[in-house]
Amino acid sequence: MTALLEFDRLNVTFKGERTVYAINDLSLKLEQGEMLVLLGESGSGKSVTLKTLLRLLPPARTQISGGIKVNGTDIMTLSGRSLQDYRGGDVSMVFQEPALALDPVYRIGDQISEAVRRKKRVSREEARNVALDMLRRVRIPSPERRMMNFPHELSGGMRQRVMIALALACRPRLLLADEPTTALDATVQIQILLLLRELQKEFGMGVIFVTHDIGVAVEISDRIAVMYAGQIIEEGSTHEVINDAHHPYTRGLLAANLHDVERGERLEAIPGVPPSLEEKPKACSFAPRCPNAMPECRDKLPPVIEIGARRRVACFLAQQAVAAE
Amino acid sequence: MSQHTAPDQTETLPDTLPDIGGPAQPLVVCRDLKKHFPIHGGILGRQVATVHAVDGVSFEVRKGETLGVVGESGCGKSTTARLLIGLIAPDEGKIIFDGQQLGEEMSLRELRRGIQMVFQDSYASLNPRLTVEDSIAFGPRINGLDDPRGRAREMMNRVGLEPARFAGRYPHEMSGGQRQRVNIARALAMSPRLVVLDEAVSALDKSVEAQVLNLLNDLRRDLGLTYVFISHDLNVVRYISDRVLVMYLGEVVEVGPVDEVYAAQAHPYTASLFAAMPSMDPDHRTTVPPLSGDPPNPIDPPTGCRFHTRCRYAEDVCASAKPLLRPFGDSTEHCAACHIHDPESGHSLAGSGFLPKGTPQ
Repeated sequence: MTALLEFDRLNVTFKGERTVYAINDLSLKLEQGEMLVLLGESGSGKSVTLKTLLRLLPPARTQISGGIKVNGTDIMTLSGRSLQDYRGGDVSMVFQEPALALDPVYRIGDQISEAVRRKKRVSREEARNVALDMLRRVRIPSPERRMMNFPHELSGGMRQRVMIALALACRPRLLLADEPTTALDATVQIQILLLLRELQKEFGMGVIFVTHDIGVAVEISDRIAVMYAGQIIEEGSTHEVINDAHHPYTRGLLAANLHDVERGERLEAIPGVPPSLEEKPKACSFAPRCPNAMPECRDKLPPVIEIGARRRVACFLAQQAVAAE
Repeated sequence: MSQHTAPDQTETLPDTLPDIGGPAQPLVVCRDLKKHFPIHGGILGRQVATVHAVDGVSFEVRKGETLGVVGESGCGKSTTARLLIGLIAPDEGKIIFDGQQLGEEMSLRELRRGIQMVFQDSYASLNPRLTVEDSIAFGPRINGLDDPRGRAREMMNRVGLEPARFAGRYPHEMSGGQRQRVNIARALAMSPRLVVLDEAVSALDKSVEAQVLNLLNDLRRDLGLTYVFISHDLNVVRYISDRVLVMYLGEVVEVGPVDEVYAAQAHPYTASLFAAMPSMDPDHRTTVPPLSGDPPNPIDPPTGCRFHTRCRYAEDVCASAKPLLRPFGDSTEHCAACHIHDPESGHSLAGSGFLPKGTPQ
């Protein structure tokens, strides 16, 4: 079976007043029906990765190189009609702020049916039924009545449910979720996470879920890829990454979660701030902040070490550890 | 209260207001604070509804402690903070700072010398046209404290920003973590006794958040400060606080020492809030959501206990009678407002020592 998604040495550079090397040599493979979390801090390139995948970046100012294949199709070759069918048909996205992503002047029932009619070319009546069914599946109470509501009449959690219904209405093979629970309250966030997990099983789709919150990543993912400065620095199953993190940055992130730190104890904070990415990284981007940095870390790019099946780390320390064995 | 430091180990900032009541007197007492915001509508702009943002909130902040305040959006935690530093005037209720009541023995101007605040959005809360040094020196200059610039530089050193490098910078030339350090320095330049931190670390990246939390802990230890720390992140609140106050729809539902509340939650809402925390263990993920639906709108809050519409232990009494804060278990410090812990309330579980569960069984 072909992989659902394959990035092969993806590079994304923004040109303009300043040049920003947002994504640098990113390779990633997602199998059908997998739930992958891209974990990273602001500016690490998580959202850019998703936008590249939907071809949403402004073409005039963006330079993209490397291969992106979805279900075996090179999506950089798509244009016109085929690009429209691809967006929302094969791949769909849930945004962080549902209040901004939904159209404020259309009833939510109409917004979902319109999407269905455009992609599936079905009758008005059928599209309405699909919309109603989707609202039911995302567990919106009294969906018939809610079909007639405008987005502002719904609470934040309800709006995010509508957003998910809209994204899934055309049964995409791949769902992209860009921090969909960050703007929600804790008790609502867990409801949405559990809903996404259920729907993913039900529909059998692949999901890329972007978050900066390790707790959320643990709740939802099968696999985790940790991003730093536009690169994936560690990848593995949720179990492996959380219980046996290899990269010093991943370890630092886990410690900063404060989950099992004694009250008032000094935190082992990662010093400094992430790099600005105005130059293409020539050495390990994390070296200036790394507690274990060695001279070679500042000299050349770290190798990507396969330390298990579909488990990799980009770090000289991992290379030493493997060599020692 | 292991984190309390003896007064002789700390230095105080110059011109700090003197301690009047001694260590046993709470630094701030709030009694029955109320703040309702009117909503105007229609052609004539008449008042059509009221947001019950803070509705009868009472609490105290003890000298040298960190009081954590948690709750979801719309629960009134930020409004409480704004009332506390006098940014908005309460409709009802009293604020007593070290034995002196605001508006009677103490003016707003004096209160602001005693209490300072750090906001969530580090960029929006700094004047973009002032350099870092001018921003920090502004408060001391307006209040006629001597040597504002010297103070600004001293504070910059304390928060880990080298004056030589950062004094002349503008807010947009700094990172989020650096800007939040400027905000902390600006608050400290007024030599306050209490600092209110309203989601002060929430917008920062996790690795930077840890740096700022370390800084806050150091400053509290060195300067003998008192904090009110508002956050939605229960892990952060547990880490930094001595006591925690849980709010729901404008009311206090539970308050107590951090260790006791984190070990056993007396109020069903607190229990659900804790159960909604991600588990951090891939083998034991959450399977059932602790609560369904969103918090109700504070425009028209439910009668009786405000949580009864989402509570799985709700009975008739909960919809009709408002529960009062009362001590829970053996502790005199740990209080909750729930009919389950009031033997006379008429709730079927009342008085049985029942502990609410966070998730449905």
